[in-house]
Amino acid sequence: MKFISLSWFDLALAALLIVAVAGLSLRLQLGLGKQVLIAALRTVVQLSLVGLVLKVLFENVHILWMGLIALVMLVAAGYEVVARQQRRFTGWWGFAMGSSSMFVSTFSVTLIALTVIIRPDPWYTPQYAIPLLGMLFGNSMNGVALGLDRLTQTAWQQRAVIEARLMLGQTGSQAIADIRRDSIRSGLIPIINAMAAAGIVSLPGMMTGQILAGAAPLEAVKYQILIMFLIAAGTGFGTLAATTLAARRLFDQRHRLRLDRLK
Amino acid sequence: MSSDQPPRLRLEALSTHQVSAASLEIPPGECVTLSAPSGAGKTRLLRAIADLDHHGGKVYVDDVECNQWDAPLWRRSVALVTAESQWWCDTVGEHFTHVESPWLQALGFERHILDRQVAYLSSGERQRLAVARALGNHPRVLLLDEPTASLDEENIHRVEALISEYRRESGAAVFWVSHDAAQARRVARQHFTITAGTLKAVSQ
Repeated sequence: MKFISLSWFDLALAALLIVAVAGLSLRLQLGLGKQVLIAALRTVVQLSLVGLVLKVLFENVHILWMGLIALVMLVAAGYEVVARQQRRFTGWWGFAMGSSSMFVSTFSVTLIALTVIIRPDPWYTPQYAIPLLGMLFGNSMNGVALGLDRLTQTAWQQRAVIEARLMLGQTGSQAIADIRRDSIRSGLIPIINAMAAAGIVSLPGMMTGQILAGAAPLEAVKYQILIMFLIAAGTGFGTLAATTLAARRLFDQRHRLRLDRLK
Repeated sequence: MSSDQPPRLRLEALSTHQVSAASLEIPPGECVTLSAPSGAGKTRLLRAIADLDHHGGKVYVDDVECNQWDAPLWRRSVALVTAESQWWCDTVGEHFTHVESPWLQALGFERHILDRQVAYLSSGERQRLAVARALGNHPRVLLLDEPTASLDEENIHRVEALISEYRRESGAAVFWVSHDAAQARRVARQHFTITAGTLKAVSQ
């Protein structure tokens, strides 16, 4: 199949649609016109920069460059997890728990996918490794952020219940078990919904992109199925690890509920 | 109880945010009341004894210091009943590790109350059941933080009678926070208050 290349003029035409939305917002006094234009500008700048970085990476394939990119993604995702918390852990704990759980889940799943399933040569070929890491980080970050937010918020609201359970002789882990279970569930619901709706309610972005780029639909579908399974695994492991670490941090050695560790 | 037995509960210079160097001994089977204005630190003191909050000083049960106990075991031995009970499962029975029918009867319930949904109980019923639930671990010390504040007179007497019987039979020490002077006189002979951050004995 033929891939139709886009010119900057084509993109400028698409930008006219954004300008139309901004104009409509101005007319209806929605107060969103400026925001829409700034967001569109950020999309252009950020994606162009990423495009340049990827171009350089694809031309200079080296494991160290890949490692550096992965590290930058991890740190950014860790900060994003902290930023999405209404009640954050004091100090570096929030960042450390979010990024370490994503490190373990995302890196291990990506490594398995690259070395066992897709097997490009070399295994860290950026064309495969970067999109995989990006999609896994993006989704597991959502799961971890949702799970942690639910855990800390509910622990804060249900302090009396948790302490009543402690007073019956439960350990911290037992006293917060129900809340932790709900938190893991809320972290996993987006990917479960995405898998359930894939192909019926929505056509996943990566598959659509591959088809637009000229890939055979069945090949694109196979990649999409693989990606969704990897995302579900990465999000599941990441959310499980993050909520386990956070639930432990909410108690001290004497099994006291330590809400003073949140701010 | 013989007089050479160690105190069931002993506080040694126990300090919280509001109370400093509180010392107290409650022999087995005895009850002591605590009354003080709101914000004086009564609840904090009970939470410190229950080891729910970090605290200074020491707390002993049967001469064994709190930190020498496994924390969950400590809280099974030192039960705390708060003014507002908390429930987290659907049915009453799911919250009990152990319950004896005479306790339920003493509080005006039949055993089938354990099958009832918590959501359909009144606050008074929940509060009385919370007292029975606290006895389920056979605690050596009972910390009662205004447990009868939401109860009518008949049920206040039921709770007082059950607590009194339990401490007589088990030798448990009871530390009872109450604003009701008449109740304090009914349940204990020794009374304490908190004045300017200090725990003091009062005579009635």
